Amino acid sequence: MSPRPQSAAESLSTAPASSSTSSDSFTSSTSASLSLWPGLWAIFSKEVRTEFRTRELLVTTAVFALTVVFLFSFSFDPTSEESRRIGPGLLWIAFLFAGTLMLEPAFLREQTNDTLSALRLAPIAPSAILLGKTLANFLFLAITEALLIPVFAVFYNVSVAAVLPGLALVCLLGTLGIVIPGTIFSAVTAHARMRELLLPLLLLPVLTPILIAATESTAALLSDPPEWPAMGLKLLAGADIIFLTAACFLADSLLEE
Amino acid sequence: MPTNRIFWPAARIVAALWMAAAGYAIFFVAPDESTMHEIQRIFYIHVASAWTAGVAFFAVALSGALYLIKRDARYDWAGIAASETGFVFTTVVLITGPIWAKPIWGIWWTWDPRLTSTFVLWLMYAAYLLLGTLVDDPQRRPILRGIYGIFAFVNVPLVFMTIRWWRGQHPSPVIAGADPKSGLDPAMRAILFFTWGATLALFAVLMRDRYRLEAIRGATDDLRQQFDDSSQAAQPVIAARPGGG
Repeated sequence: MSPRPQSAAESLSTAPASSSTSSDSFTSSTSASLSLWPGLWAIFSKEVRTEFRTRELLVTTAVFALTVVFLFSFSFDPTSEESRRIGPGLLWIAFLFAGTLMLEPAFLREQTNDTLSALRLAPIAPSAILLGKTLANFLFLAITEALLIPVFAVFYNVSVAAVLPGLALVCLLGTLGIVIPGTIFSAVTAHARMRELLLPLLLLPVLTPILIAATESTAALLSDPPEWPAMGLKLLAGADIIFLTAACFLADSLLEE
Repeated sequence: MPTNRIFWPAARIVAALWMAAAGYAIFFVAPDESTMHEIQRIFYIHVASAWTAGVAFFAVALSGALYLIKRDARYDWAGIAASETGFVFTTVVLITGPIWAKPIWGIWWTWDPRLTSTFVLWLMYAAYLLLGTLVDDPQRRPILRGIYGIFAFVNVPLVFMTIRWWRGQHPSPVIAGADPKSGLDPAMRAILFFTWGATLALFAVLMRDRYRLEAIRGATDDLRQQFDDSSQAAQPVIAARPGGG
């Protein structure tokens, strides 16, 4: 039985030889007690630092998403006309699957050394832990999308250069909509058996509105001539706000011991 | 309690009789619909089950929220009972819907807002039930269940709105709809509400039984825990856990 960690900073990161860097930023934030932003930033930077030491999650997810996009090319004739019709849905299904896989370890990683208890002992609000992780997951999924969209454009003969700002906005809102419930459910399934199956099972039905709105918005942008998906963006933003509010309310219950 | 011993068996009989009476009303009292004829009679069960499923889904979210606030196991039991019963009613809706749709619309299924949301609802109920069976920690299980119940509930109007925006062909609401012409015959309306009452009574009885089962299960777990604790106390304690209780 290992004793309870003396300082939360000692076991903040699961990666070895990382305590010096992560404790620096962490101890500086503890003085701010329970205010949201310093804690959020500390968790976010710790997540990002842990990930960029190995880049395991990013590389694995990017290759997975690429495989999905590649395999979809056999399900229809990837001409320019067909791609415009089916492509947006394909793209968002790939993002959804990639996101589901990527979100799995968000809280599982903390179980190896029981570092979640340390995070809970630290003077950080539970919502800061949840939102810090959500923000990190957002960054990871956004990077994957940024890598995938050019490949998609080349593979499926779709021109995205002209509508890039709109597409970026759709991706921003859509990705937020995926990672906010996703991070919550990854904390929910971290304690379950068969969690690899349970997470998509919980998450994908809840993401139905995000998938529909993001797909339709992307389709509007890629149509010829491009249309501005005002309604889709509104729905995405509304869903994001609803999910975010629910996340803030439920964080305390979710992360309690 | 004596009231329970009289009330619930009586409620069971009332629910059974009410269901039978609703069946009679649907087939022998309800007027013939001018275009759809006999097949339209499935409407009463279909809509009543859908409303009851909605009530159940609301009960799931409410008991989840109450559990998170009050931390009383009884709310968790109510959540389990409501979700399982609601799952059954949602299944009834999803089965009677296509049976009605095939002769009228010519297809079994169409991806319109209400069908799709009902299906998403069904999927979320299934996920909710699975979540309960796959989390072993008895302390954590009700919390996680409550959180998912709330999230799923918040999601239903979102699903409905998104789908309605992009696709739709279901008949516009006949009860509380905006269109004054799409009214429902008074006799039909009365029988619909009568059937709804029957399904609600059935729902109450089923939910109560399921709740009792869960309460008995909770009491058994407590007893088992007590037994484990006392038998452990009788033996020499090996090592006290730091901070354990």
